[in-house]
Amino acid sequence: MNDLLSNYLPIVIFIGLSALIGVALLVAPFLIAVKRPDPEKVSAYECGFDAFDDARMKFDVRFYLVSILFIIFDLEVAFLFPWAVAFGDVGWFGFWSMMIFLGVLTVGFLYEWRKGALEWD
Amino acid sequence: MMTLPLFFFYLFSIIAVASALMVIVARNPVHSVLYLIVVFVNSAGLFMLAGAEFLALILIVVYVGAVAVLFLFVVMMLEVDFGQMRRGILQYMPIGVVIGAILLLELLLVAGSFVITPEVMSSSVIPIDNTMENTRAIGLVLYTRYVYLFQAAGAVLLVAMIGAIVLTLRHKPNIKRQDVVRQTSRKRHEAVEIKSVKSGEGL
Repeated sequence: MNDLLSNYLPIVIFIGLSALIGVALLVAPFLIAVKRPDPEKVSAYECGFDAFDDARMKFDVRFYLVSILFIIFDLEVAFLFPWAVAFGDVGWFGFWSMMIFLGVLTVGFLYEWRKGALEWD
Repeated sequence: MMTLPLFFFYLFSIIAVASALMVIVARNPVHSVLYLIVVFVNSAGLFMLAGAEFLALILIVVYVGAVAVLFLFVVMMLEVDFGQMRRGILQYMPIGVVIGAILLLELLLVAGSFVITPEVMSSSVIPIDNTMENTRAIGLVLYTRYVYLFQAAGAVLLVAMIGAIVLTLRHKPNIKRQDVVRQTSRKRHEAVEIKSVKSGEGL
């Protein structure tokens, strides 16, 4: 149990170190950089005009489609990992169970391809 | 060495609970999604401490890598008028309170059953084998013992895929696409024509 966790100690050190560097880079400008703000410097500037409206805009729904298709194949691959690890023990039944699972999703993949969902326009 | 896992347990738990609070408190929905990512990452840390490394890493790959991105797109796709969103909050408050109360009751039931009958852990269908790694333990039962649930998951994914395509796929008319076969099988005489132009005259 503790064996498993101690395997992850280098990752913890790595994350801690990168967090430290990130915070240091964020904090350092506050301490070191020269700051002499005046109203003209800190006011919003957009090609000489004040901003016309909000910078936010609606996303195209196609981004959503790409994202959800990605999630589905992401999950398909996620199911492959335990299968590969336990491959020697699950036998032919486990093999064909995974093949049927992949077949069902391949049907969906062919549908997606034929419908042109992989094309942008 | 025993205190270090405990330290990380409290670190992950405190950050997870605090960011879960920020998810519902934050004014900006985009910030809410970002706090949700922090909750996911810290929950992955808690899974890791419990020895479930496969679940921990899948949580990061699937939830942080895909579901959070999907949430971000949905937030971006909505009309982002925050004042308008706040206005309906009193109207939806009763149903929110009811759902919250049901969830709280369920959580208390789960926690309470461990207090009332602590032996419930050992009477699980598949006892936890500490000598085997988590990924292998899942692989041994998922594809054989729980094959119907596994195939049902595949069917659900298929339905999700087809549903998303049917609902959101709209092709614009008059789009010019590249068709490599048509391009490369084109003959010279279909494309170019040589005309002899006399000097001093146009075509």
